[in-house]
Amino acid sequence: MTTQASFLTEEMRQQAIGLEGPPTTTEVEKGAIIKFAQAIGDDNPVFNDEEAARETHYGGIIAPPTFLRSVDSSRPVLPFDFPFNRRLDGGSEWEYFEPIRSGDRITAVARIEDISERTGRLGLMVIMSTVTTYRNQFDQVVATQITTGIAY
Amino acid sequence: MAQQIYWEDVTEGMELTALVKEPTTQQLVKYAGASGDYYQIHYDKDFAAGNNLDGVILHGALKNAFLGQLMTQWMGPEGMLKKLSCQYRGMDFPGQTITGKGTVTRKYQEQGQNLVDCDIWLENPKGEKTTPGAATVALPSR
Repeated sequence: MTTQASFLTEEMRQQAIGLEGPPTTTEVEKGAIIKFAQAIGDDNPVFNDEEAARETHYGGIIAPPTFLRSVDSSRPVLPFDFPFNRRLDGGSEWEYFEPIRSGDRITAVARIEDISERTGRLGLMVIMSTVTTYRNQFDQVVATQITTGIAY
Repeated sequence: MAQQIYWEDVTEGMELTALVKEPTTQQLVKYAGASGDYYQIHYDKDFAAGNNLDGVILHGALKNAFLGQLMTQWMGPEGMLKKLSCQYRGMDFPGQTITGKGTVTRKYQEQGQNLVDCDIWLENPKGEKTTPGAATVALPSR
């Protein structure tokens, strides 16, 4: 555990905020959707059963709400290293615009929205929020996700 | 197919149907594989101990998925999830029951949609809200 009192300077914050990672594209396979639904223990037919899903207004299998966690995205590369290597996931904030279907090609771009530091129970920690925008092959934004990562 | 809830049936303050989950270490491995999150604190006990943890812990994103299931189960096949958020305030461990719960906080119409806001959370066996969050769904009208 670090004993440092402060790490992040205003200059470092300004360097980091707005940085984007390279876009990454993933083809959504039906098997991957079903495997994800099974892993989270959700037997809803619209995520698992093509025949049953065809009878819904979706007309076929769609991905469960957090499926995009399994889709590749490249984190922006910071121009500095953190002086600690432990990580915690602080939370997630999704907004949904279009359903994700098998066969979709999803392109994810991650951008650093904010970075700050705080001293808490775990000592000095850096808190970074990243917004990832997911677009489909029709260039529609299907979802955005803001994640809060904690390094300590 | 699950029963459909309609906007007219919803009242502010009503409780969502609870979701009971029994995560195991096997589920954490399955989730690691399905999501691609191979951080060792979720399946390697020694690694977790080296990170000052009492054992392997649930992926935050798996808990996020449980809250997603809480909402999609409640809103039915014709409901649409618009927003879903949560904060990981407390750790959860495999072998402990996790219960997803929620209440309706607001019912309103906006841009031709019938919307419902909910406070949602996951509870551990002590009744502590380890993972509070919020969600917005659009529901069909009768």
